[in-house]
Amino acid sequence: MSRFEQAAAQDFQLPHLDVLESEAVHIFREVAGEFERPVILFSGGKDSIVMLHLALKAFAPAPPPFALLHVDTGHNFPEVLEYRDRVAAQHNLRLHVASVQEFIDRGELKERADGTRNPLQTVPLLRAIEEARYDAVFGGGRRDEEKARAKERIFSLRDEFGGWDPRRQRPELWQLYNGKHAVGEHVRVFPLSNFTELDVWQYIAREKIVLPEIYYAHRREVFLRSGMWLAPGEWGGAKQGERVETRTVRYRTVGDMSCTGAVDSDADTIEKVIAEIAATRLTERGATRADDKMSEAAMEDRKREGYF
Amino acid sequence: MTVNPPAPATEPAALTEVSLLRFATAGSVDDGKSTLVGRLLHDSKSVLADQLEAVERASASRGQEAPDLALLTDGLRAEREQGITIDVAYRYFATPRRRFILADTPGHVQYTRNMVTGASTAELAVILVDARHGVVEQTRRHAAVAALLRVPHVVLAVNKMDLVGYAEDVFAAIAAEFTTYAKALGVPAVTTIPISALEGDNVVTPSAVMDWYAGPTVLEHLETVQIDHDPRGRVTRFPVQYVIRPQTAEHRDYRGYAGKIASGIFHVGQPVTVLPSGHTSSVAAIDVLGESVDAAWAPQSVTIRLADDIDISRGDMIAPTEQAPDATQDIQATVCHLHDTALTPGARVLLKHTTRTVKAIVKQIPDRLTLDDLSHHPSPGSLEVNDIGRVVLRTSEPLPMDAYGDCRRTGSFLLIDPADGSTLAAGMAGAAFAGADSEKRAELDDAEWDF
Repeated sequence: MSRFEQAAAQDFQLPHLDVLESEAVHIFREVAGEFERPVILFSGGKDSIVMLHLALKAFAPAPPPFALLHVDTGHNFPEVLEYRDRVAAQHNLRLHVASVQEFIDRGELKERADGTRNPLQTVPLLRAIEEARYDAVFGGGRRDEEKARAKERIFSLRDEFGGWDPRRQRPELWQLYNGKHAVGEHVRVFPLSNFTELDVWQYIAREKIVLPEIYYAHRREVFLRSGMWLAPGEWGGAKQGERVETRTVRYRTVGDMSCTGAVDSDADTIEKVIAEIAATRLTERGATRADDKMSEAAMEDRKREGYF
Repeated sequence: MTVNPPAPATEPAALTEVSLLRFATAGSVDDGKSTLVGRLLHDSKSVLADQLEAVERASASRGQEAPDLALLTDGLRAEREQGITIDVAYRYFATPRRRFILADTPGHVQYTRNMVTGASTAELAVILVDARHGVVEQTRRHAAVAALLRVPHVVLAVNKMDLVGYAEDVFAAIAAEFTTYAKALGVPAVTTIPISALEGDNVVTPSAVMDWYAGPTVLEHLETVQIDHDPRGRVTRFPVQYVIRPQTAEHRDYRGYAGKIASGIFHVGQPVTVLPSGHTSSVAAIDVLGESVDAAWAPQSVTIRLADDIDISRGDMIAPTEQAPDATQDIQATVCHLHDTALTPGARVLLKHTTRTVKAIVKQIPDRLTLDDLSHHPSPGSLEVNDIGRVVLRTSEPLPMDAYGDCRRTGSFLLIDPADGSTLAAGMAGAAFAGADSEKRAELDDAEWDF
């Protein structure tokens, strides 16, 4: 008996993952129906992978009417970049890459003293949106990630500077999304708003979605900085006093190598990852993201600047 | 309240096939809503160690002795600075039985539009009152909003029972007064629970001191309340969102209508009518995101193919021929005004209904409703932000609009400012309250409008 036959037999009660999936698909189709030039922000991280998977299902058997956009900080995990290119090719999708490194090389962006490039992404992102005249930009953000994100709408109107003003958000009622915007403005769209980290993993398991291997436990060279296990790479590595060691780790979130920490973990299968997430005492971002530890309102401040 | 993280309450294996409950909380500033929400999140293991540490750090830096759990929910800089909640936030927690999406609506600023927003998707509303004050204006307002938005279940949580000596008669009097009021408004199911959010009585664990109360705790009720998702017996509606035409060699003749079933059940072979054209056909196939099925129901996102090649596009609606809705250009509705710019008769607006946006004119604003006492003020001249009133609209094209009481999704709409795209108002077609057969109804002069 299929999942749906079972549900019909039990007074049509849909499992929560189907409700969340239906909602996300509805959001993709709304954007396809109402916008001229939407794009999916795709980083090769698990949330954007789930987002792309949902977009593919929403328009099947036709391809999704969206291109992909990646803001490459120059500090990304090589495994993730390889995954990104493979997936784009596999589904025959157009992939646009906005490069932070190119902005630095041209002198339009300055490397920060702490070497973190995550906050620098906003400029290339907004430039890419402006140049390609994207009017809707899908992001994989979830409201459970962070307290400023808990206040974010599913359709988030951004001004001509890409900025987010939490006091001027449109109320969002029922499933009626208002995507009206003026020339120069655009709308950020978050189809995974109501997914939690655990929902994402359960959905990945149910749909048998392949992820970059770094999400599963593997042996890796890491060193400890500010309480986080960072992996050395082209971006840099251990400084004096920091000792590189090989540990069994995995990643809960994938951003820049310079600010995304690995967690000690033996979870080398999806079942083990789900068990680990369900029992964890730390949030995804609290455990592994330095960029959100900068201040109490770090995420909100970046969002105001045009970040996701 | 304790802030030690509790042991994990969830076993991963049990989390796979659970249901989802969307609910909203309402309460005024000092009713203890943050404490209740904090305790629900905390005791269901949804507050993790690093979040607690951040709250402890922030509380200490403000010179507060105990961690302020309101900092868990007040996510914005301005909210933390001012110690107020500005806007609706959505929060997530889970137990082995259910997953929850909580629309956490602020109690005092711009209360009506915030609660309307939170209640629009809620299947249950928790209304808090202070046991010392009982049912006050704000309580009646919250009950009226829940009734107006047709939230199927309402919980009255009588908080601060510790401050009234946990007295049963205090609770019983408040519960009786509220239940009578809510029933008159047509709220179908009311549950009343005596709690102390601060002490933890009857929120997650049963109270040791209120042994006279035999009902469920708040969490137990949230976990077990029967939410009726059964699509049988409801109207069947499918707004077309997008037409899928791959035009590839493999799918040359494929033409699928993508959308989310708004209400009811569709099955293969069913005769259907397309609105507003009135063309008829039958359902040839239904795909639920890649899986071919014989039947599909709300709230599934599906793709429907029809037996005949007819002209259908985004904005059209597919319905069973035997119960196709009438399309009309004249709409009578109740609206909650959401925007600082007032709504006035003669205003030209855009009206978004399901997947169709049309031009509309506000022909009349016959009435403004005061939620505190349900009194109405004839011909108010305009509706200001947070006002709720009746409106008469004329649309440029006919819309297959149902009464909101029959279907929340096809009876609701937005009014949008054509100049800058702002969302002006949230609308609900047809009668305002379900309490149409109550005594209140008998006093009304116009049966169509049951304020």
